[in-house]
Amino acid sequence: MNKTVNQKAWFLVLPVLILVAFSAVIPLMTVVNYSVQDTFGNNQFFWAGLDWFDDMLHSDRMWNALGRQLMFSAIILAIEVPLGIFVALNMPKKGFWSSFCLVVMSLPLLIPWNVVGTIWQIFGRVDIGLLGYTLDALGIDYNYTQNILDAWITVIVMDVWHWTSLVALLAYAGLRSIPDAYYQAAKIDQASRWAVFRYIELPKMAGVLMIAILLRFMDSFMIYTEPFVVTGGGPGNATTFLSIDLVKMALGQFDLGPAAAFSLMYFLVIMAISWVFYTVMTTLDKRDGK
Amino acid sequence: MTDTAMPNVASDAPAMTIQPSRKIKRNLRPSGGAIVMGLYLLFLMLPIYWLLNMSLKTNSEILGAFSLWPRNFTLENYATILTDPSWYMGYVNSLTYVLMNTAISLAVALPAAYAFSRYTFMGDKHLFFWLLTNRMAPPAVFALPFFQLYSSIGLFDTHIAVALAHCLFNVPLAVWILEGFMRGVPKEIDETAYIDGYSFPAFFVKIFTPLIASGIGVAAFFCFMFSWVELLLSRTLTSVNAKPIAATMTRTVGAAGVDWGVLAAAGVLTIVPGALVIYFVRNYIAKGFALGRV
Repeated sequence: MNKTVNQKAWFLVLPVLILVAFSAVIPLMTVVNYSVQDTFGNNQFFWAGLDWFDDMLHSDRMWNALGRQLMFSAIILAIEVPLGIFVALNMPKKGFWSSFCLVVMSLPLLIPWNVVGTIWQIFGRVDIGLLGYTLDALGIDYNYTQNILDAWITVIVMDVWHWTSLVALLAYAGLRSIPDAYYQAAKIDQASRWAVFRYIELPKMAGVLMIAILLRFMDSFMIYTEPFVVTGGGPGNATTFLSIDLVKMALGQFDLGPAAAFSLMYFLVIMAISWVFYTVMTTLDKRDGK
Repeated sequence: MTDTAMPNVASDAPAMTIQPSRKIKRNLRPSGGAIVMGLYLLFLMLPIYWLLNMSLKTNSEILGAFSLWPRNFTLENYATILTDPSWYMGYVNSLTYVLMNTAISLAVALPAAYAFSRYTFMGDKHLFFWLLTNRMAPPAVFALPFFQLYSSIGLFDTHIAVALAHCLFNVPLAVWILEGFMRGVPKEIDETAYIDGYSFPAFFVKIFTPLIASGIGVAAFFCFMFSWVELLLSRTLTSVNAKPIAATMTRTVGAAGVDWGVLAAAGVLTIVPGALVIYFVRNYIAKGFALGRV
């Protein structure tokens, strides 16, 4: 759609601008403020320059949290994307069962995040949870509060449970936009199932899959509530991801300077990924000729 | 007998003989897709079922005997929540700020989305991108500054504070979703309306809003959901008067003897709002999460 140039449109955008500026720019400026100052309490601040950034860049704590974070995001993407595509390919195309699948699959997406944590906290307990009890009965030593590997597996399975449906629903939306003629042509050519997937379905899904991957990466990159409820970041620091570490630092220990420097670097990474996301979105819009 | 009957049937209606045999084959051998979906849906439902199961048991049964369904069926856990103000006020508080947030988000996002979908103006692309970064902003970064900001202007522990804080990610979300729907409405409709003598507000309310009604519904639903599921900010910004249900639940987990039955019942009740409307938005879930771009 070709749009007309109209500078007065700014008036329509103004309310959003004011509101979001109030809830984003002011707090962000507070963070910037803290990141370059030091305090001994009593509201007395003095200039610290870039010391906090220097500190944070050389602290093992942040790099470890970042390492755990990247590993977590990589693992869940490696599981959720193929699984989501696989589920989408097997979903019924129309009728009652299609609606039924859509409804049931959407359910985990709409559960409050702390309840997701609570559900898995209970589900994995050896004494009262179905999963923990079953594993225990099978003779597998499973304890997500003590064993690091078990904690990781629990958090990952929980995330797969929570978010795979999103990838599947997006992939399904991509699949449904493929005209029947493509499949008929493939049938005439006697294409194998794999060839149909590789040369018809995958290219047609590429756009939505890109959105799905970026969304999942982004949301997993700032995951807080679910692992916090289940493991509290433990055992030790084993499941302390970036957000959990940041909240510990800022609200737990009130280390304002380091936490602020940490926040800003965190936010810059998010900005960079947002830019990739935005570029993908606008390219998609153009390709669709909208 | 079949020898004589078969040729007759086949010659009379060749298409019909094929149909039943195919149907029988399908019934006998369920397709691979159904098995995959069955297993996947089972994986999704089991943890939720377990929560529901626990919420219908007494605490002694939960801790005492392991059973796949409640033996001593009880609604007592739900009764506890619905009669104790410290529990049910959590729901009232959550609903209050969520509804406030949805109303504010939609009210400011509608005109903005219209501007983005119809006009180009100075800095529009930068603004659109900036909105997106706020949707993606980690709440952990904003928790402390929000706490200080709302404390300093005397709004700490009020519903409006949480509602405004959630605008951080819900307003951008609403703008993006609504813009996605609005660009699907041909511009000629606007032009025709203006020629017919409609003023902008009259056109927007009488003609445009009904055309994007489904978009507004989807945007409202997602604002509601994202505000409903968020815990970190709502917990940081409240202490007593506006304490959300999610925070009430975490407090119970920390208590010495955990009341598992009540905790499970509270969890089930938080799923209800989503489950109630899920059927109506089932075809829009993907679109909403993808910010109106699928």
